[in-house]
Amino acid sequence: MRADYLARRVGVFVLIVWLAATLNFFLPRLSGQDPVRATLLQQASLGGHVQTGLEAMVKEYERRFGLDRPLWKQYVTYLRDVSRFDFNYSISSYPRTVNSIIAEAIPWTVGLLGITTVLSFTIGTLLGALLAWPGAPRWMRLLMPPLWALHAIPFFLLGLILMYLLAFRMQLLPMFGGYTAGAFPGLTLTFVGDVIAHSILPALSIVLVATGGWALGMRGMMVTTQGEDYVTFAEAKGLRRLTIFLRYCVRNAILPQTTALALALGNILSGAVLVEVIFGYPGVGTILFHAIRENDHFLIQGIVFTVIVALGVATLILDVLYPLLDPRISYRRT
Amino acid sequence: MRNLLVHYGTPLGAVTAADSVSFSLRAGERLGVVGESGSGKSTLALAILRMIKPPGRIDAGEVWLDGVNLLALSDEAMRQVRLARIALIPQGSMNSLNPVMRIKDQIADALRDHGLAPSRRQVEERVRELLESVGLRPEVADMFPHELSGGMKQRACIAIAISLRPRVIIADEPTSALDVVVQKQVMETLARVQKDLGASVILVGHDMGLMAQFVDRLGVMYAGRLIEVSPVRDIFTQPLHPYTEMLIASLPSLEQKGTFRGIPGLIPLLRDLPPGCAFHPRCPHAVDRCRAEEPRLREIRPAGWAACHLR
Repeated sequence: MRADYLARRVGVFVLIVWLAATLNFFLPRLSGQDPVRATLLQQASLGGHVQTGLEAMVKEYERRFGLDRPLWKQYVTYLRDVSRFDFNYSISSYPRTVNSIIAEAIPWTVGLLGITTVLSFTIGTLLGALLAWPGAPRWMRLLMPPLWALHAIPFFLLGLILMYLLAFRMQLLPMFGGYTAGAFPGLTLTFVGDVIAHSILPALSIVLVATGGWALGMRGMMVTTQGEDYVTFAEAKGLRRLTIFLRYCVRNAILPQTTALALALGNILSGAVLVEVIFGYPGVGTILFHAIRENDHFLIQGIVFTVIVALGVATLILDVLYPLLDPRISYRRT
Repeated sequence: MRNLLVHYGTPLGAVTAADSVSFSLRAGERLGVVGESGSGKSTLALAILRMIKPPGRIDAGEVWLDGVNLLALSDEAMRQVRLARIALIPQGSMNSLNPVMRIKDQIADALRDHGLAPSRRQVEERVRELLESVGLRPEVADMFPHELSGGMKQRACIAIAISLRPRVIIADEPTSALDVVVQKQVMETLARVQKDLGASVILVGHDMGLMAQFVDRLGVMYAGRLIEVSPVRDIFTQPLHPYTEMLIASLPSLEQKGTFRGIPGLIPLLRDLPPGCAFHPRCPHAVDRCRAEEPRLREIRPAGWAACHLR
C-alpha cells in the first residue's frame, strides 16, 4: 500500500518538474525576443557604430547555441540537459556555467533562509500556542500587538531600518555582503565569525517579520482547537493542563503549520530576493536579480527550474510524511 | 447538590443558567434530567464537574460527594476527582476523541495523569479489559477514531469513563445522533458497566422514551430551575407540575395517532425571566400568586418533589 502511494507521489513530482521544464523552455521563446541579437545589438550600440558583420555573428552564435535547429530538436536536447541539471553557460558571466553560479549561491541562501525560516517557525509557533493558552502567564499577551505590527512591515523595509540603526548609526554590525570584502573564504574560525556577523542583519529582519505570521497562524488554530469536543472531554478525563495543552491542543493545531513550513522551506530559494539584494548577500536572490537585469536567459531558466524542483521536493516530502502526522490522511488513496 | 447557582456573563447582562438547583443522588441510582434546549441541563452536568468555562461562573451552591464539597476543592484536587470519582460520557454527536491519537493512548494518558504509572504491558492489558467490558474487540486499541463507527466511538468513550471505576457517571445525551439500534446497544452497555461498578448515573437528555426505559427517578428542568423530581413511573402516570403534565401530554402515543399537541408559547429568555414562577405565562392554571412569588421545590407526596404553588 505504501509503496503504491509513494510511487504515485513520485510520479506526480516528475510530472510537475517536466511541466515546469517545458514551460520554462517555451515561455521565453513565445516572448519573441532574441537574446543573442539583443546582446550583440547592445554591445554594438555601446561601441557607438553598427557593425557590418552583425547578421553573420548572430547566425554563428545561433549555430553554436543550437538555436538554428528545429524547435522539437532543441526541446529534446533541452530536456536531456535539464535532466542532468545542465543549463549551459551563463550569458552575462560567460564562460562560467549556470550550474557553477547557482551551486555557489545556494549554500548562502539555504544557510540564511533555512535557519531563519526554521527559527521563526519554532519561535512563532511556540508563541502562538502560548498566546492562545489560558494557562500562559499574562504578560505574554503584551507580545501580540508588537508581533502584529512587525508582521505588517515588509521585511525589506524593516531591513533598511535595521541597517540604518545597527550598521550605519551604531556601527555594531557590517552593513553589506556575505563576508568582508577581500576575506578568503574557507572553514576558518575568523571567516565563520565574519559570515555570522554579516548574516545577523538580514536574518534579524526576516525573523522579526516572519515570527509574527507564524504566531498569528498558530494562535488562530489553537483557538479553534481549544473549542473542540475532544479538548472538553480531555478535561473531563482529569488530565493535567500540560497534557491537554501539548497532546490535545498543540498536537492538533500544529498540522496546518507543518504544511506551511514545508512550503516555506521549498520557497526559500526564491523567497528573499529583496532582502538579499538590499544586504548584497551573495545568495540565489541576488544572482536572480542580476540575471534579470542583464537578460541572462540561461541563468534565469536555471534558477527558476531549481526553485521549482525545490518546491516539488518539499511537497513530495510533505506528502510522504503527512499521513504519519495526521492518520486521517491515509496512504491508500490520492 | 444544594442551591447551585450558575451565571453566564453576556454583553446584555448576566444570564442565570441554573438557579437554586438542589437534588440528591443515591449510590447506584439512575437519575434522569430532562428539559428543553437552554433549560440548563448541560450546564448542570458541567457544573458538577466544575467545568463551566468563562464567561460562565458557579456563584453559589454545594456539591457533596461522599462527604466532600467539590466546589470547595482546589483546582488540582478537583482535577483528580474528574474521571476517578465522577466521569463524563460526552454527547454522542460530538467528536470527543482526539482524531490523531490511537484509542489506547487516549485511555493510557488518563491512567498516567491520575498517578497510575503501570508498565506498558499492564496498560495494554487494562486497555484490552476495558474495551472488552464495553463489547469492543481488542484491535480497536490500535485504531484511530475515524476508523470507528459512531456507536463504537461512544463505547470507547464509555470505556474511558469507567477506566478508574468512578462513583458517579454523568451521561450528557450519550446517544444523540445515533440510530435507534445503536442507541439501544450503547444504553445496554452503559447499564451493564454501571451495574458492574455499582456507580450512580445522571442521564441528561430530552428523549422521554429513553428516560422511561433507563432511569429510576426523573428531574425536569425549566428555565434553569429544577421544577419536579419524582420516581419515573409517577412522572408518567401522575405528573405534579403543570409543565411536566403538558410535556407528557405532548408525547406522541400509539392510541391517538395523528394528533400532536405542543406546549403553547416559548421558553422564556433566561436574561429576561418573568417574575414569580418562570412558567406562569404558558401555564393554563396560573393564578395571581404565580405571577408574584417564585415557588420553591418541596415534597408534595413521598419522593415526589415539585415547585408549584398549586400543589
